[in-house]
Amino acid sequence: MTLPNPNLTQRSHTALENEVLQGALKRATDTFIERRLEAIASVADWEALRQRARKVKEHTINHLDYYLEQLVTAVEAHGGKVFWARTGEDVSKYIIDLARARGVKSVVKSKSMATEEIELNHALEAAGVRPVETDLGEYIIQLAHEKPSHIIVPAIHKTRAQIADLFEEKLREGRPNEVAEITAMARKRLRNEFLSAEMGITGANFAIAETGSIVLVENEGNIRLSTQVPKIHVAVVGIEKVIPRFDDLSVFLRLLPRSGTGQKQTAYVSFLNGARQPKPDSGFEFHLVLMDNGRTRILADEQMRESLYCIRCGACLNVCPVYQKIGGQAYGWIYPGPIGAVISPQLQSLKQSGDLPFASSLCGACRDACPVAINLPDMLLALRAKAKESDIGRKPAEQVAMRGVAFVARHPKLFALSGKLMRAFARLLVRDGKIQRAPLSPLKDWTDYRDLPAPQGPSFRQRWKQKDMK
Amino acid sequence: MRVSLFITCLVDQMFPDVGEAMVTTLRRLGVEVSFNDAQTCCGQVAFNTGYRPEARSMAEYFLSVFETDRADFIVAPSGSCTAMVRNFYSELFHGTDDRQWQDRLARVKPRLREFSEFIVNELGVEDVGASFAHRVTYHDACHLLRELGISDQPRRLIRSVRNVDLIEMEAADTCCGFGGTFSVKYGEISNAILQEKLTRIVNSGAEYVIANDSSCLMQIAGGLSRAGSSVKTLHLAELLAKQ
Repeated sequence: MTLPNPNLTQRSHTALENEVLQGALKRATDTFIERRLEAIASVADWEALRQRARKVKEHTINHLDYYLEQLVTAVEAHGGKVFWARTGEDVSKYIIDLARARGVKSVVKSKSMATEEIELNHALEAAGVRPVETDLGEYIIQLAHEKPSHIIVPAIHKTRAQIADLFEEKLREGRPNEVAEITAMARKRLRNEFLSAEMGITGANFAIAETGSIVLVENEGNIRLSTQVPKIHVAVVGIEKVIPRFDDLSVFLRLLPRSGTGQKQTAYVSFLNGARQPKPDSGFEFHLVLMDNGRTRILADEQMRESLYCIRCGACLNVCPVYQKIGGQAYGWIYPGPIGAVISPQLQSLKQSGDLPFASSLCGACRDACPVAINLPDMLLALRAKAKESDIGRKPAEQVAMRGVAFVARHPKLFALSGKLMRAFARLLVRDGKIQRAPLSPLKDWTDYRDLPAPQGPSFRQRWKQKDMK
Repeated sequence: MRVSLFITCLVDQMFPDVGEAMVTTLRRLGVEVSFNDAQTCCGQVAFNTGYRPEARSMAEYFLSVFETDRADFIVAPSGSCTAMVRNFYSELFHGTDDRQWQDRLARVKPRLREFSEFIVNELGVEDVGASFAHRVTYHDACHLLRELGISDQPRRLIRSVRNVDLIEMEAADTCCGFGGTFSVKYGEISNAILQEKLTRIVNSGAEYVIANDSSCLMQIAGGLSRAGSSVKTLHLAELLAKQ
C-alpha cells in the first residue's frame, strides 16, 4: 500500500486551501461535538462507565488468545466457518476463493474499516467480483473513487451540493436537490443490488466470545440487509474486536453511539449467531474471518498495546484541532485523527506514516473524549521516540540541535551565555517591537505565519542578580 | 512559607517580566522567594520531539538542581513544564537501574506546583490584592487543563482582581495550536488552529487574553500582532502583579 502523496505538509496544505472542505469539516465536527456532549450528559456517571469499558478491554487484550479460541469454538458450534488471516492478502484470497467456489458475481458490502484497511474492493474487482458499498457514505465514496475521511462518517468532507453533482454525473437520473431525494436515489439503486448479490460482506463492532455472536451497530439498516438477503455472509473482523461476555455489551452499547454519533442508541443493533439457516444443505453460510494484519505486532508491544482498545467511534477525530482543520484524507491512509496517527504507523510502518504522530499539538482533547480512555497523547509521544530511535525521517540538523540543547542545559553558565547570544541575534531582527520576518528555520517557520515578540530586556537570571531581587 | 522558583527557560530568556511579576505577587502574599540560578530547562522540547536520551539527561540535571532545595514548594509559571516533571519524568526512568532516579524524582515532584495552583491550593488565597480595570478573557492552556486538571484556580484568582471584567470566550478549553515543535514543523496547521482561537478571543470583546503558559501566549500574541489586533496578552502572574 502506498500513499498517494507522501508529504503530510502538502496534503494538509491542500486541505487548508479548500474552502468548501473547511466549511464541511467545521459544520460536521461542531455538530458531532455538541451532540456527543448532550448524549453523554444522559449517563449518570460517564467517567465510571468508560473506566469499566477500559477494564474490560484491558483484560480481553491481555488474554486475547483465550477469548479468540472461545469465540471460534462458539461460532463453529453455530455452524459458522472460521478463517484465521495473518495478512490482508490472506483475507482477500479466502473471500475470492469462496466467491469463485460459489459462483458469486456481485457482493454487497456494509461499512467496514477492516475491509478498507486491506483494500478488499480492489482485490475483488481484480478477481472479477463486483463489490457494492451499501452504507450511504461509503456508496458516495465508492462512486467518487475516494477514500473515507472519517471512521464513522466516510463522506464527512463532502457537501450536499457535491453529492448531488456526483449522483447526477454517475447515476444519470437527474440531479437530486434535497437530502431525501439523494437517499431515495441511492436506496432505489441499492435495493436491486441487495436482491442480486450472492454474498454480503460486513465488519463487526463486537464479537462475543461467550456466545459466538457478531454484533453490528448502524442507523441505515443496510448492514442487516447485507447479512440477511444474500445466502452467504462473511464478517471480516480484527482480532481486537472480541469481548468476553454478552453482559459486557451493555457497557459498550451505551458508550459507542453516544461517543460516535451522539445518539443514545442507534436505529439498528444486530446480533448474529451463525448462518440464517444452519442446516448444511440450506445453502446459507456464515464465515468469520479473523484478521491480524499487524495487530499481534501491537499486542506484543506493551507500551503500545492499549491502542488495541479502540472501538472505532471517531470521537477523537471530532475533538481534534488538527483533524478539524485538515480532515481525514490529509492523513494519507484510512485511519485519520489521533487514533489514526497512533495505529497507522503501527499497522503500516513507521517509515510509511511515522510523520503522523508529529502532526499533533498534544492538547489531549482526544484522551478526554475516548470512551475507553486510551492515553492517545502518550501513544503519540512514544511513537515519536520510536521514530527518532529508528532514525525515521532523519533530520541531522535537528539531532545536532537537540544534543546541543541537552549539553548546554547541563551547564548553567553556558546556558546563560548562549541565551544571551540568541537574544542578541533575535534583537537584530526586531522591527517595531516584534520579529515579522526571520531568515532561518525554525524561526522562519514561525514568522511565516505569526510575529515573534521581541525578548523582554535582560533574562530573568540577569535581573535576579542585577536588580538584587534576592 | 518558602518557595523556590522554577523559572522555565522560555520565561527566563523571552518573557522575564513574567518571572518578575511572580516574585512581586508571591512576596506581596508574604512568601519567601528564592531562585537557584543553576537551573536551566526541564527538557520538554526534547521529550516531545522524541529525543528521550537527551530529555533524560536534562531531567537528571533538573532533579540534581532541585532535589537539595529545602524550600517548601517549587513553583513554576507554566502548566506544561510542571506537567513535564510531574507526569512525564517517570517515563524517562523506567529501566531496572533507574530506581535511584525515581527516588530522586520523588524528592522533587510532590513539592512542585504551578503558580495558580500554589496560590489557591497551598496558600488558600484568591484575592491577591491586584487591581486591573479592563475586560479580560481566559485561555485554558492544554497541559494545565488536561495534564494537571487546573481550570478553576486561575478563574478564581482573576475574578478576585479589583475592577476586572472576566468574559468567558467560546470554547476557552480548545487548543491555541502551539504544541511546541509542532508550531514550526507544521506551521500552517498550527496557524489554522490559532486562527480559530483568535476569532473566539476577538469575539469575546475582551481587551486582554490571560493564560498561565508563556508558550501559548507567544503563539496567541504572535497571531494577534500579525492580524493587527488591539487585543493584548498577559500572563496570569503579570495580571496579579498589577495594582
